[in-house]
Amino acid sequence: MTTATTPVARGTSPRRRTGSLAWHIGALLVLAVVLYPVIWVLGASFKPSKDIVASLDLLPTKPVWANFSGLADGISGISVSSFFVNSLMYALLAVVGVVVSSSLTAYAFAKIGFAGRNLLFTMMIGTLLLPYHVLLIPQYVLFRKLELVDTLVPLVAGKFLATEAFFVFLMVQFMRALPRELDEAARLDGCGHLRTYWSIVLPLCRPAVITSAIFTFINAWNDFMGPLIYLNTPSKYTVSLGLMMFRDQEGISDYGSMIAMSLVALVPVIAFFMAFQRYLIDGMATSGLKG
Amino acid sequence: MTLVKEAPARPAGKRPAAAPAGRRGRRRENLAGYLFMSPWIAGFLLLTAGPMIASLYYAFTSYNLFTPPRWIGLDNFTTMFHDPRWQKSVEVTLKYVVVATPLKLLLALGVALLLAQKRRGEGLYRAAFYMPSLIGASVSVGFVWRALFSDDAIVDRTQKVFGIDVGGWIGNPDYVLYALVALSIWQFGAPMVIFLAGLKQVPQELYEAAEMDGAGPLRRFWNITLPMISPVLFFNVLLESIHAFQVFGSAYVVSNTYCGPADATLVYTCYLYQKGFKEAQMGFASAMAWTLVVAVALVTAVLFWSQKKWVHYEEAAK
Repeated sequence: MTTATTPVARGTSPRRRTGSLAWHIGALLVLAVVLYPVIWVLGASFKPSKDIVASLDLLPTKPVWANFSGLADGISGISVSSFFVNSLMYALLAVVGVVVSSSLTAYAFAKIGFAGRNLLFTMMIGTLLLPYHVLLIPQYVLFRKLELVDTLVPLVAGKFLATEAFFVFLMVQFMRALPRELDEAARLDGCGHLRTYWSIVLPLCRPAVITSAIFTFINAWNDFMGPLIYLNTPSKYTVSLGLMMFRDQEGISDYGSMIAMSLVALVPVIAFFMAFQRYLIDGMATSGLKG
Repeated sequence: MTLVKEAPARPAGKRPAAAPAGRRGRRRENLAGYLFMSPWIAGFLLLTAGPMIASLYYAFTSYNLFTPPRWIGLDNFTTMFHDPRWQKSVEVTLKYVVVATPLKLLLALGVALLLAQKRRGEGLYRAAFYMPSLIGASVSVGFVWRALFSDDAIVDRTQKVFGIDVGGWIGNPDYVLYALVALSIWQFGAPMVIFLAGLKQVPQELYEAAEMDGAGPLRRFWNITLPMISPVLFFNVLLESIHAFQVFGSAYVVSNTYCGPADATLVYTCYLYQKGFKEAQMGFASAMAWTLVVAVALVTAVLFWSQKKWVHYEEAAK
């Protein structure tokens, strides 16, 4: 492992070729372990229910569609598609909220010299380290008093109010890296802040905006605790809660449908990841470095 | 470690040169600043600061949502410290944090070192290794984990080959927590990506100079790589351990809804959830939440204090 830090020698000596072979074997081994669960769920969704856990074959010998057609029946009288529609609504609202509120806030931190900026910035960073659970109960009490429990409002309100400090931070870092001359020139030409934000800074921040949007979508899609606490009516359930209905039913007969739905639920996340992996990984990587 | 250490200092000083000078201009800048920030300020007051004060108050009350909170002083805390299930939840959480975080970071660093060598397919591997960090928190993967660690499934049969016969881990109170640890380790991609970015910033000249001085790979790792990436290591240790303290979904999904069997995966937040939302003991749950905040703050403080001893900040690092 430690040889990894050695700069790769030029030329192809036999020693180098062995090193290269070892590298690829090592990388492939990690790859196999990492991908196993994903390939497993792909294979299992085409197996008959009784084979899913016990059969050791990764892929089914005779693929069956029963699990997917079973999904069409829905669960407890609720169509599976309603879970997906609800999750989509939640995720899209979350994306809009985070992009709008975080970019406005980030612009203020990065480009406007107002009194108290340093203090507020420190407070914003502080919320990154605050365990969310301390807010869980009072927020629930608040939304219950406002009679907003069992709606999407408690789940997305924070997104519209820039409480996702990580994305504000990401955009601040990005905006600070933009050449100062650009927005200064715009300001000298008489552009107000709103105009500078909208026509200069925001378009240049596209990578940070895309990164935040994709992460927000995926987080909302995967979110489990929020819907678990706030949604009570099964017809309003998101995919995560819909999946839990399969499990809590404890019916072995539905095991196949549960796995099939698990697979379908993973598809949007994996598709987004494949399309935007560079943005996501770079966004993640810069979070740990000097901006 | 920009995140906590340096960033707050950055916005200091120069306001944009283009800002109109004078008191009126400054006032206009202030107004613009606060207008742009208004979503965050509203969110901070309504959803962060306000709730924090409220939950601090609830922590000293008996509150079941239906009758107004009743002040009971420190009773929640004394009950909590004597509650065997609370003690169990602390034990389970500490075990999870102490086992999962180092293993995950070790694997992340190891694989990052492997990928830092430029070889064909490096980008592809990096992407594939990162993917579990995105899907690992989903209920879907929780179910897959449940299946893989059940009786007669792959893990059970593989361990039997090595003569270990404990059955599936899911139903076994001694092992089920390690299924969660495995799920956490599987998501090593996020810290790996951060390590990788750190490794790429280490100046190659240092290695060349060390090699000329006859330093072997182990020496080079210990004396160059490790100090150079220590800020990134610090960042990962801080973030991963704070997250590990707050694990919830995987415990709830992979084991059963009560985070059993026999409370074996009763992580702290799972017990908090049960107390607050199943038993409507909002006061008790708030006391638990504040205890968690204090614990996380202590861990953070200790880490920050310790970094003087082992984190090496290169002043002019490029």
